[in-house]
Amino acid sequence: MPDRRLLYLGLAALLCVAAFMTIGLRGNIGFVLGLRAAKLAALLQVSVSIAVSTVIFQTVTGNRILTPSIMGLDALYLFGQMLLVFLLGGMGYAALDPQFKFGGEVLVLMALATGLLLPMLRRRVDMGLMLLAGVIFGVLFRSLHSLLARLIDPNDFAVVQGASFANFNDVRTDLLVFAAVLTLVGAAIAWRARHVLDIVALGPDAATGLGVTWARTVTGLLLLVSALVAVSTALVGPVAFFGLLVVAVAERLVDTRRHAVLLPAAALTAVFILVGGQTLFQHALGNSSTLGVVIEFAGGLVFLLLLVLGSRK
Amino acid sequence: MIRIENVSFRHGPTNILHDISLTIPKGGITALVGPNGAGKSSLLSLISRLQTLQEGSITIDGLPVDTTPNRQLAKVIAILRQDSIVASRLRVHELVGFGRFPHGRGRLTEEDRAIVGQSLQQFDLADLADRFIETLSGGQRQRALVAMAFCQGTDYLLLDEPLNNLDMYYARELMRSLRAIADEKGKTIVIVLHDINQAGAYADRIVAMKDGRLIADGAPAELLNTDILESVFGFRMPVEVVDGKPVALHFR
Ligand SMILES: Nc1ncnc2c1ncn2[C@@H]1O[C@H](COP(=O)(O)OP(=O)(O)OP(=O)(O)O)[C@@H](O)[C@H]1O
Ligand SMILES: [Mg+2]
Repeated sequence: MPDRRLLYLGLAALLCVAAFMTIGLRGNIGFVLGLRAAKLAALLQVSVSIAVSTVIFQTVTGNRILTPSIMGLDALYLFGQMLLVFLLGGMGYAALDPQFKFGGEVLVLMALATGLLLPMLRRRVDMGLMLLAGVIFGVLFRSLHSLLARLIDPNDFAVVQGASFANFNDVRTDLLVFAAVLTLVGAAIAWRARHVLDIVALGPDAATGLGVTWARTVTGLLLLVSALVAVSTALVGPVAFFGLLVVAVAERLVDTRRHAVLLPAAALTAVFILVGGQTLFQHALGNSSTLGVVIEFAGGLVFLLLLVLGSRK
Repeated sequence: MIRIENVSFRHGPTNILHDISLTIPKGGITALVGPNGAGKSSLLSLISRLQTLQEGSITIDGLPVDTTPNRQLAKVIAILRQDSIVASRLRVHELVGFGRFPHGRGRLTEEDRAIVGQSLQQFDLADLADRFIETLSGGQRQRALVAMAFCQGTDYLLLDEPLNNLDMYYARELMRSLRAIADEKGKTIVIVLHDINQAGAYADRIVAMKDGRLIADGAPAELLNTDILESVFGFRMPVEVVDGKPVALHFR
C-alpha cells in the first residue's frame, strides 16, 4: 500500500519537473534549457537535503516538531560563514574558490552543530527543553552573526550579505557540483541507514537493547544532518518551516514512519512542493519570488497545528 | 549464566545498589520482587547495559557487559523496560519485527518472518498485527512489547514488570507462555513481579530486594513465608497452602 502511494508521489514529482523544464520555452531554447537545468538541479538538491535532514533530525530527537532549522542550525551556518569572513578578511574570503570555501563552511557547521547538540542527545531531552534551546541558539547565532557583521569591514560585509535569507528564485549555481556530491553521498548514507533509523526512533534504551550503539550512531547522524543543512542553506539561504511542512505532509500521505518509505516520500513531497510551486508562481502567478514566503507561511501553520495537537494529547 | 559480582550503583550522591552479588544459572525463571524503589529496575538496567556499570562486574555467558560489543550482546540478551515508550505510526507486526534487528540489521529473511509470525501467535496478537501501536490498549501494547523482546530470540530475557496493564486472563497467559519458553527452549528469564503469588506459582527461584540490597533468595516454597515477606514488604500476611502451593493472602 505505501509502495503504491510512493509511486504516485514519484509520478507527481516527475510531472512537476517536466512542467518546470518545458512550460513557456521561448527564444534560444538550448540556452534557456541550460539555465533551467541548473536551477532545477539546485531545487532538487535543496528538496532532498531539507527532507532527509528533517526526517533524520526528528527521528534522532524523537519528535515531530523539531527540525534542524527550528533548532537554529541554519543560523549557525550563517554565523560560521560570517566567522570565516571575520577571520580571513573579506578579500581573502572573496579570493577563495567558492567550492573550497563551501567545503570549509560545511566542516565548520558540522563541528559546531555536533558539539552543541550532542550533549543534549546523549539522553533524549524533553521536547519543551529542546525547543527552548533551539530558540535560544537561533537568537544567539543570529545576534552573533549581526555582531560580527558590525565588526567587520563594510566591504567584507558585502561579500556575505547576499546569502542571508531564503530565495528559491535566485539560487547559487556556482556551488552546484560540490553540493550535488554532498547531497548524493548524504542521501545514500541516509538510505543505507534506513533500518537503523527505524530502531533509533524507538529511543536510546530500546535501540541499545537491539544492539545499536547510541552515542556513535547519533553523532554520525548529526554530522550527516549538518552537512545537508549546509547544502540547502548555501544554495537558497535559511528556510524555517519547509522541512516541517514536507515531512508532516509526507508522513500523512504514506501513513508510516518506516524510513524505507518515509525518506523517499519526504524527498518527493519536497520536490513536488518546491519545483511545482516554482513553476506555478513563475508562469501562472507571474511572481516567483513570493514562493518562499508562501511555503514558510504554510509551514508555519503546520508548526502551530502540530504544537496545538501535540499539547492536547 | 549471569554472574553479578560486587555491583554498586549510585545516582549522584544517593546509593541505589549496595554491593550486590548474584549468580543466575542458565535456564529457568527467576523472579525479582521487592517494594517500590528497591532497585530492581536499576539492577536490570545494569545487566542489560542500559546503565553504565560503575562498580563491580557483570558477565553473561562469560561476556562482560561493559566491554562486549553492543551488537553481540543484543543476540544474547533482550530486555523489556518498565516504561517503554513507543514511536507512533508503527504497526504491531513492524514493532515485533524490530526484535529481529540484531540478526539481519533490518533485513527480514523468510526465517525472520516465520519467527515474527510465531511471536505474534504466541502472545495472541495475530488479529492486531496490522494495527498502529498508538491505537492499542495498554495491555495490548504491553503484549506487543513482550512479543518484540521474545522475537529477539536471545537465550536471556529480562522483563521489568511485564504484567503491567494485563488483565487476569492475559497475565496468566503470559506467565504460562514464559514457563513454556523456559521449559521447552531452555531460555533464562529474569522477571520483575509485584504479584508475589505469580512469582510463587511460576518462578523456579525468587530473589527479594529492598533498599538496594538482596535480602532473600530461594525457591518459592521457602520464600513465601510470613516472616520473610514481612522483612521484604514491611507487613505481615498469612500464607496458606492451596493445591500444594503456598499462597500469600496479601490483600487482607
Ligand atoms: N535517574 C535517577 N536519579 C535519581 N534517583 C533515581 C533515578 N532513577 C532511579 N532512582 C532511585 O533509585 C532507586 C531504585 O529505583 P528503581 O527504579 O531501580 O526501583 P524499582 O525497584 O524498580 O522500583 P519499582 O517497583 O517502583 O519499579 C529509587 O529510590 C529511585 O528513586
Ligand atoms: Mg522498577
